[in-house]
Amino acid sequence: MPTSGVMGPAADQADSPALRDRLGDVIDDRGALLRLYRDLAVLRRIDEQCLALARQGTLALWAPIAGQEAVLVGAARASDSHDHLFISYRESLMAYLRGVPPEQVLPMWRGSALGGWDPAEFGITNPAIIVGAHGLHATGYAMAAALDGTEDGAIAFFGDGATSQGDLNEALNFAAVATAPVVFFCTNNQYAISVPVAQQTAVQPAQRAQGFGIPSLRVDGNDVLAVLAATRIATAHVHAGGGPYFVEAVTYRLGPHTTNDDPTRYRSAAEMEAWRARDPVERMRGFLADRGMLAGSDDDAVRAAADEAAQRFRRTSAELPEPDEAGIFAHVYAAPHPLIDEERRAYADYLASIGQAAAAGPVGSSTGQEAPR
Amino acid sequence: MTATDAPVVPVAPREEGADVAPADQRGGAARLALAPAIGAGLRRALEDDDRVVIMGEDVGRLGGVFRVTDGLQKDFGERRVIDTPLAESGIVGTAFGMALRGKRPVCEIQFDGFVYPAFDQIVTQVAKIHNRTGGAVGMPLTIRIPFGGGIGAVEHHSESPEAYFAHTAGLRVVSPSNPSDGYWMTRQAIAAPDPVIVFEPKRRYWEKGPVDFSAPPAEPLGGARLMTFGNGEASATIVTYGALVATAVEAAETAVGECSVDVVDLRSLSPIDFDTVEESVRRTGRLVVAHEAPVFMGLGAEVAARVTERCFYRLEAPVMRVGGFHTPYPAARAESHFVPDVDRILDALDQVLAQ
Repeated sequence: MPTSGVMGPAADQADSPALRDRLGDVIDDRGALLRLYRDLAVLRRIDEQCLALARQGTLALWAPIAGQEAVLVGAARASDSHDHLFISYRESLMAYLRGVPPEQVLPMWRGSALGGWDPAEFGITNPAIIVGAHGLHATGYAMAAALDGTEDGAIAFFGDGATSQGDLNEALNFAAVATAPVVFFCTNNQYAISVPVAQQTAVQPAQRAQGFGIPSLRVDGNDVLAVLAATRIATAHVHAGGGPYFVEAVTYRLGPHTTNDDPTRYRSAAEMEAWRARDPVERMRGFLADRGMLAGSDDDAVRAAADEAAQRFRRTSAELPEPDEAGIFAHVYAAPHPLIDEERRAYADYLASIGQAAAAGPVGSSTGQEAPR
Repeated sequence: MTATDAPVVPVAPREEGADVAPADQRGGAARLALAPAIGAGLRRALEDDDRVVIMGEDVGRLGGVFRVTDGLQKDFGERRVIDTPLAESGIVGTAFGMALRGKRPVCEIQFDGFVYPAFDQIVTQVAKIHNRTGGAVGMPLTIRIPFGGGIGAVEHHSESPEAYFAHTAGLRVVSPSNPSDGYWMTRQAIAAPDPVIVFEPKRRYWEKGPVDFSAPPAEPLGGARLMTFGNGEASATIVTYGALVATAVEAAETAVGECSVDVVDLRSLSPIDFDTVEESVRRTGRLVVAHEAPVFMGLGAEVAARVTERCFYRLEAPVMRVGGFHTPYPAARAESHFVPDVDRILDALDQVLAQ
C-alpha cells in the first residue's frame, strides 16, 4: 500500500491527486498555510519546553512529539466540532489546539491530577494511558451518536503499538459491524517504545483495517497537508454514513518515548538523521518558501508566537496548585459512599492528631462535589 | 474453551404454573421467579428512559442464555437491545463510549468466568473515569453477571469473582438474593449515577417469590437486610449474600430448635452496610460469614476484620468463615464439595456457639 502525500519530496511517497482534491481552500491560501506552519512551530517549541521542564523535575514525565507535529496539527485542524476526539498521551497537545488551556493540559504531566479538563467542553477526551482501550470508547460514542440520528462522529488516535491490543481489534470489528461513524487514526511512528513496527505487526496497519471491512488510507505523516486532507476524507466518509474509516499516518518520533527512555539503545544515528531530513516543521517552511509565500517577518512572527506559548507553559507549570488530601477522596463516586466518607474522616482525624490541619474543603463528602477540581 | 464455543447451559425447568404479573408492572404485586423479575426491571427501565440500552451476547433474539432479556428486543427493537459481537471487552468498552454520549447502557456478561476479558475496561476505565476527570464525566453503566455454581456447568461457568471488583474503588457491587431485589435492584442500578455490577445468583433464577411493583424494599441499594429466626434473643449472626442467603436461612431455621439466629443479607458488596452487621453482632456476639467464593481474600475476610475492629469486646468467639476453597472451581460432579451447604453453615454455627 503506497504512502500518499502532497508536499513531497520523500522518496517513498506518492503524490496524491485524491489528497489535493481536498485542499482547494488551503493549497493556494497563504494565510491558511501560514497558520498551519505557525501551529507546527508552536507545538515544536512547547514540546521542547515541556521536555526541559521534565528534565528539570518540574514535570513528572513528558511524552515528546517532536517529529509528529504534522499529525497533531493536520488532524486537529481537519476535524470539526462534530468529531469527538479520543486521544492517547502523545496527543495531549492536540487538546491545546482544540482550546484546552495549559493549566488543564499540564496537571497530568506535573503529577498533580489524573486528568485535567471536561471532555464535553472541548470535544476531546483526557489522554488514555492504556493504549487501545479508547478505541472502544470512540466506537461506543459513535454508535450512540448514530442511534441519536446526528451527524456527530468520533476519531480515535493511537499508535502502531496499540494495533496489537485486543481492544483495538475488537473496536474495529464492532465499528464495522455497527457501521459506526468513527475514524481510526493510527500514528505509525515506527516504534512502540523500543519495539520496531515490523516486530509489532506483520502487515501494515492500514492493510489490516481492510480485513475488518474498513476502508483505509496510508498517508505521509510528516506532511501536514496530507494529514489534513486524509482526515477530511475520513471524516467526510463517516459523516456520510459510510461507516468507519482507517488512516495510517507514517511518521517518526525524533525524541525518546518519554523522558525515562533512551532511544539510542534501539535506534541508529543514521536512521534518526534520515528522518530528521523529513522534519515536518522545516518541510512546511520549505514548502512556503519555495512558493514565495514566506516573508522574513513571517518567520519572526511565528517564532514570537512559539516563544510566547512556550513561556506560558513554563509559567503555568510553576503555578499549578499542589493537590491536598481532600482531593484524593473526591469524585471517586458520583453518589455518597460510606466507606469513602469513613476513610476520609479517619485520615483527617489522623492529620489533626499529628498537628497537620486537614486541608480546607469538606470532610465527609464522598462525592467531593464541593471540592475544587 | 473460550466464550466462542461455550456450551449453552440448559435453562432449569420452571416451576409448575406460569409467572403471574400485572400487565404493565407499574403497580400491584405478583409472584415471580428471579430471572423474569430482573427482566421485568429491565423492561421498566427501557420504558421509562429512552437513554437505556441493553447490550451483550445473545441478549436479543435469544433473550439471553438464561432468558432474562426474553422479549425485550422484540418490543424495543434492535437499536435498544443490541446483540453484540462476541467480545466482552468490546461490550464494556463500547458501553463506556455510549455512556460518554449520554446513554445508560446495561451490559450482560454471559457467565461469571467470561468477565475476565473485560476486566481491564471495568477496573481501569469504567471505575476510574469519574475520578480521573474530577467529576466531569459520569459513568451510569450497569454490568449484569450471572454468578456462582450449583448448576452443573463446565469450567468458567460457576465462578464468584465479586472480590476482584469490590476491591476496586469507583465500582458499586450488588447481589440480589430474591425476585423482589432482582426487580428493584436492577432498576436502582440503572438509575444510579455510578457504575454498578450486579451479580445475579444464577442457581436461584427460577425460584419464585413475591414482587411488589408499587414500592421498593425498605433497604436502599447499598443497605443490608436483617432477618431474625427464632423467638428468643439471637445467639449468632450469619452474614451472607446472593445464592447462599436461602441456604443460610435454611440453616437458621434448622437451628431454631436450639437457638435464635440473625441472618444478614448484605445485598450490597461494595459498599458494605457494616452498621447493620455491627448492630446484629453487638447483640449476638457470634458471627459466621458464608459465601461461595474462596475464603482466602474473600469478602468474608473484610467483614471479619471490620467486625473485629468495631466490636472486639462484644465478641464471644472468633469469627468463622464458610466458603469455597483455594482451588479452581471443581468439575460439576464435585461441586457439592465446594459450594457451602446447610450442614457446613450449621457446623460453623456449632463452633461459634460452643465458645
